Order: sequence, then C-alpha cells, then structure tokens
Amino acid sequence: MSLDRRTTIKWMFAAAATVPSLQAIAYTPEAHARDVAANQSGYGTDPNLTKEWRPGGPWPLTLGKDARLTTIALCDLIIPADDLSPAASSVGVVEFIDEWISAPYPQQRADRAVILPGLLWLEAESQKRFTKAFAALDQAQKEAIANDICSAGKAAPEFATAAKFFDKFRDLTAGGFYTTPVGMKDIGYRGNVPLEKFEGPPIEALRKAGLA
Amino acid sequence: MSFVSAAEADKKAYDVIVVGSGAAGGQTAYTLTMDGARVLMLEAGRRYEPAIETPMMQTNGDAPLRGAGTPEKPFGFWDATIDGGWGVPGEPYTSASDDPARKFMWWRARMLGGRTNHWGRISLRNGPYDFKPYTRDGLGFDWPIGYEDLAPYYDKVEMLIGVYGSNEGLENTPNSSPGVLLPPPKPRVSDLLIQQRSKKLNIPVIAGHRAVLTTRLDHQRLPKLLHPGNAKAQKILAEDMQKRAACFFATPCGRGCSIRANYQSTTVHLPPAFDTGNLDVVTDAMVRSITKRKDGGAEGVVYIDRKTGTEHRVKARVVVLAASALESVRILLNSGVANSSGKVGKYIMDTVGANFSGQVPLLENMPLHNEDGVDGLHLYTPWWLYKEQLAGKLGFARGYHFEFGGGRNMPGMGTASGLEWLNGGTYGRKFKEDARRYYGSFVGFAGRGEMIPNEDCYAEIDPKVKDKFGIPILRFHWKWSEHELGQAAHMQKTAAEIIDAMGGRYSVKPQSGDKAIKQGGVIIHEVGGAIMGSDPKKSVTNSYGQCWDMKNLFITDGATLCSNADKNPTLTIMALAWRSAEHMLGLMKRKEL
Repeated sequence: MSLDRRTTIKWMFAAAATVPSLQAIAYTPEAHARDVAANQSGYGTDPNLTKEWRPGGPWPLTLGKDARLTTIALCDLIIPADDLSPAASSVGVVEFIDEWISAPYPQQRADRAVILPGLLWLEAESQKRFTKAFAALDQAQKEAIANDICSAGKAAPEFATAAKFFDKFRDLTAGGFYTTPVGMKDIGYRGNVPLEKFEGPPIEALRKAGLA
Repeated sequence: MSFVSAAEADKKAYDVIVVGSGAAGGQTAYTLTMDGARVLMLEAGRRYEPAIETPMMQTNGDAPLRGAGTPEKPFGFWDATIDGGWGVPGEPYTSASDDPARKFMWWRARMLGGRTNHWGRISLRNGPYDFKPYTRDGLGFDWPIGYEDLAPYYDKVEMLIGVYGSNEGLENTPNSSPGVLLPPPKPRVSDLLIQQRSKKLNIPVIAGHRAVLTTRLDHQRLPKLLHPGNAKAQKILAEDMQKRAACFFATPCGRGCSIRANYQSTTVHLPPAFDTGNLDVVTDAMVRSITKRKDGGAEGVVYIDRKTGTEHRVKARVVVLAASALESVRILLNSGVANSSGKVGKYIMDTVGANFSGQVPLLENMPLHNEDGVDGLHLYTPWWLYKEQLAGKLGFARGYHFEFGGGRNMPGMGTASGLEWLNGGTYGRKFKEDARRYYGSFVGFAGRGEMIPNEDCYAEIDPKVKDKFGIPILRFHWKWSEHELGQAAHMQKTAAEIIDAMGGRYSVKPQSGDKAIKQGGVIIHEVGGAIMGSDPKKSVTNSYGQCWDMKNLFITDGATLCSNADKNPTLTIMALAWRSAEHMLGLMKRKEL
C-alpha cells in the first residue's frame, strides 16, 4: 500500500529531525513493515466457518523484525503479567495486531496508518530521551514516555498525535488479549458452556446490585 | 423430492412456484406442502446446511480480526450471512440522492433460508391498533384486516417455530393463546436493575419474545393443533419436532444453530416440507421476471442459474413472490405486471432506530457468573405512552419499544476498549484491574420505532445500471418525516433518564433526532413496496397478498405490509404467509386458480 509507505517514510524523517543522526534510529523500512498489496483480498463473503483460522492465514502478516520488537514491548507495558494472567505478547497478541494492521479492509487500513507511524514515533522518542530502542528501556523509562501519551484527553499538544496512537494501540491490545482463553478467564467471562438450565444470576450478584 | 437441478425442475410439473426461502418462502412452502401441494422453491443463493456449517462454541479469539465486522461480514466473522450484507458483490443498488440522510441501505443474503439464518429472532405481535393506524391518527393506511383475522395465525406460527415470552395483557401488546408460548429465560442482573429503575419512571419492562426453544416443543400436543384432520402432516411434524433440541444457553443466535434450538427457515420450515415429498428446491436460481399467460395470468418465472449464467423458464398454476420485500418489488417492476395502481415500489418503510448506552457503577466488580442465557432480549420495554400520545403530549405519532442489553457477554474487540472517559487512560496492572472492574457494567438501549409510510420513500428501476446477470437494479428514494425524528429524539432522552435512574453515566449526551436516527435500511426491517389494501386503485394486493391484477400471483413477504408497527415484522410476515397459503390451497381445491 503505497500511501502507508509514504506516510511511514515521512514520519521517519520527521522523527529523525529530532535526534542527532539518522543512524540513531534502528529501523529500516524493511524492518518496520512490508506493504499490504493493493490487490490483497480478504476472507471473502463466504469463508469457511468451521475450519481453524490463525493470523497469517487469510492474508500475509507485514510487521518487520524491529517493529515487532517495539510491538511486543508496548503490548506488555499495557497488559503485563500479574497474579491472574500472563503478559499480552505471550498469548499471541502481537500476531493479532499484525493481522489487524495487515488486513485489506478500510477500518484496518485506517488503523495501520495510525499504528505504523506511531511505532516509529515511539522508537524515535525512545532514542531521543534515552538513546536506546524502546524494547531495551527499563520499566521506569518506558513509563516516562507512556505517561505523556496514555491519555488522549490530557496529553500536551506536542503529544496529541502520539496519544491517539497509544489509545488505538491499547484498544487493539485489549481486544486481542481479552478474546484469548486466558484473557476471557481473567476478565471474568464464565459463559460459552453448554447448560441444561439457565439459572439466572446468583444471589450474591443480586445483592451487590441492590436487587435482593 | 428435494434439492434438484434446474434441468430436473424444467421437466416436472408444480402447483406453486415460491421465489425465496426465508421467513416468507419457508412458511408459504411449509403450509402448502403439508397440505399436499407440489412446490418448486427458487433460492438465489447457495445451498446451506446449518447442521454442519454453523460455528458453535467458537470464540471471537478463534476468528480472523477477533470476529470484528468487515465489509465482507458486516455483523462479524461468525455471523451466518453468506454472500450478503449491505452490499452483495456484482449486485448493486443505487440512491437517487447523494445526501447520506436520504440514502437507503439494503441488506440481502444469498443463501438458503435467507436472512432467517442470522435473524435476531425477536418475535412480537402487532396489536389491534397496528392494523388500523389511519383510523387512530389519520396517517398512513389501515390494513384490510384486523388483529382478530391474524391472531389465529400468530398462534400457529408461534407453536410451530417455538417462541418464548409471557402474557401481560398490556395495551396493544397482545397475549398469545394459553399453551402457545414457551417459558421466558430468567433475567440477568442488568435486566432486573433496568426493570427496577424503569418502574420508578412508570416504564414497563416485561419478558421478551424470541424464537428460541427454552424447552423442547411438545411433539404430542402441537402437531394436532397445527394440522387438524391431517394425519400425515401431524406425523411428519411430530417426528421433526423431536429432532429439535432445546437451547443449551451458549453460542450467539446470529451464527445460526446446528442443534435447531432457534428458528431459521432451514431448520424449522424446510425439513418437514421436504419430508412431505412435495418440495423441490433449486438453489443459485436468480429470478429475473414473471412470465404472462395469454389470459393475463402468471405463467411462471424466468430465472438465471447463478453458476452457469443460463436462463431457465418454469411454469406453475400459482406464482408466489417471497424474495424479501424489495427483491419482490424489483421482480414486479422488471416484469411490468400487477401495477395498474402505480403503487409498486411505493411506501417502503424501515424501522426507526436510535441507540444509547451508558455505564452503571452498581454493575461493576460483579461476582463472576455466566450470563450467556439465550443471547438476546430476556426482557424488553414495549411502547407505553399511548395515553400521553392520544392527549397530544408527545409531538410525534406512533410508538417504539426498547431492546436493551447488558451483561457479561463473550469478550470481543469492544471489550475493555474506550475506557478513557471512565479511568482517565491507564496501562499496566491498573489497566488490567480496570478491565475487570468495568467488564459487564455497560448497558445499551436500542429504540425501535414505527415509521409511517410516506410519498418520499420509494424504489424504482434505475434507468442505467444492471447487475452482473444483466438484470436492471433498484434505485432508492428516502426521507424521514418529523414523526420518525421526534421518536428518535424521545428514545435518546428516555434511555438517558433510565440510565440516570440506575445511577449510571454516559460519555455522549442524548442527541437530536436527525443525528441519532439510523440511516434507512440499517435496522433491516424494510417492508412495503407492494402494499395490501381494499381498493385496487390504491394498493397492489388484497389481504391475502393476492395481486389485484393477476389472480394467481401472490406476494407473501413484507412487501404487502401497509404499515410497519414497532413490533419487528418477521413474525407478522410468517403469520400472513400462513394465512395466504391456506387461501391459495382453498382456491386451488375449488379450481379457482
């Protein structure tokens, strides 16, 4: 997709202008992302609904090596391991985000035009502040950047675009994570189980809502 | 008799050709074949077998893009719709205006069973007022029949397909006959909270009505009631009812149901119709037009085999259009028949739709439990402001109902997204805590209201564009009236009041009607275009869907509806189709057709 590529390279140079030299940026366009072919088809209007689908099946994935490392790091900053569940990248969320931004549909192409430049910005910002790749930063360094962009409503004007990227990336990470078996369990989904009878809510739930 | 090729169908003789296999075609063919008529059904889409094609128990995580909707699968990857949506490849339609507010969106499916496979299964009866709207407020048209004419057929359809619900005796919200409805599912926490707080606002909340088997159908009692004096039909139906399982309270209904626990034409109407030996079906049969006999009657239809592009002609004593309201309109217009009134294509209607949602702190951090239930509409709010409206207090005519939902649904792409208005934008461990806290605490209200037929909403043949088969296509004209916009605004305001009463909050305030109303066709309740009436100069058919100008041509889909009550049209379409098919049988037996 040539528009993406143009946008991507424009962002790279904009980012480069803020750091001492181009060499400080690890990304090459190839390590960032391959284009989505202009004629890439989707899964069609009659896909097989009983076969197993995996990212990379219906259309090729496009994230490059370096962008993947940044994606892993940012996913896991947003959804790290805790007592209830593992980190996002350990259950396939990176592959899902890659599938999403590589899809040929209008919504996904629009999101790609936010995510790919956003990853470049993150990398450049990381180099600018700490002269390291984002994935190589320690937790406090990652948080220093994230705290400036995690709220689209409160972000300073110079971080407004990056905050929109973070917001979109967070939604994709959440959607990717909470639809996995561990994610569904973590968030408290207890359905998708065949039942003889549907008993309705337990008394504790009714009490909590002031209904019993 | 069963699935046949076009070549096989060419060689056989049929009493009735039924164009379409959805709610209308399925019901028409069922009623006809159970009483001995030989029927050829033509379906434009492919053969579809829910028993082996339905994705049961798959999660969103098992689907590309986590199941999110795309232009190729607008209602999500697992949705049952095949080769359909608001666009069908190679089969365009156009709008006369570029103004988005005046465009019409047309949802089609190209598959056996049509849209019944993914349908929401909401099954509400029109009430007595809904048949005489002109008499009540001077707008639109009265039906040539009243509630009492259709009530027995509502009972029959509900007993056949299986509908849960309760009888509350509310104004213009009819009871079913005793022993007809299945027990409704238990309400969820959010349902009960909405009910409790709505009560303080004098807004009723009662059991929903949907075509889902909460228990198995009574195969000993029902067939005798549905087919009195017809031992063969009773036996076939009793056997088939035993093959339908009750709901196991998992898997969204929009995917279809391999255990046949909800209604779809392919799992309820067609299997017993096949068992009679009287039904043949040709799939991939795209009907172009109706052919005429020398005496002016319908001879048969011309259709194109979607796979080979070849044209076929079939004949029968009776032709039934059940292709979905607007596809039937298209066939009529392209045939140049049944239109001496000039009303074919006129008065197309959708349902007024506006949605509003919020978040309710009382529902946060709930003890973990399974709220799948029967998927949709455990409870709902029927229209309640009849007296206020009669007193002129509302500023718009006709009413709406609320379909609402909350609960701990199967996670999808919307889960834990867009939380910033609640938590200020978090990440890390705090984000994971927030996701758990807010999951299941959202409620959404879908207002669904009655559109009044008007002169600005109609379909005609586009003078230039044709589809990939070379068949001229439809061009739409659309414009809402002040009544619909007033309803949409009232829906927004009222939903916000209910959320307020629940102690909830919302990120977007109630909007004005023109901003809130969904585009025409988006609710997918399009009806009209060949309305029934009692005057051949002002309508296309009589109350049986029998065309005034062509006595052996019937329309049994939503095209004949001359008003579109807020009750969701599918149950009414099926009741009308049953009544219409009985009438055809009588006429054929008396050799009047």
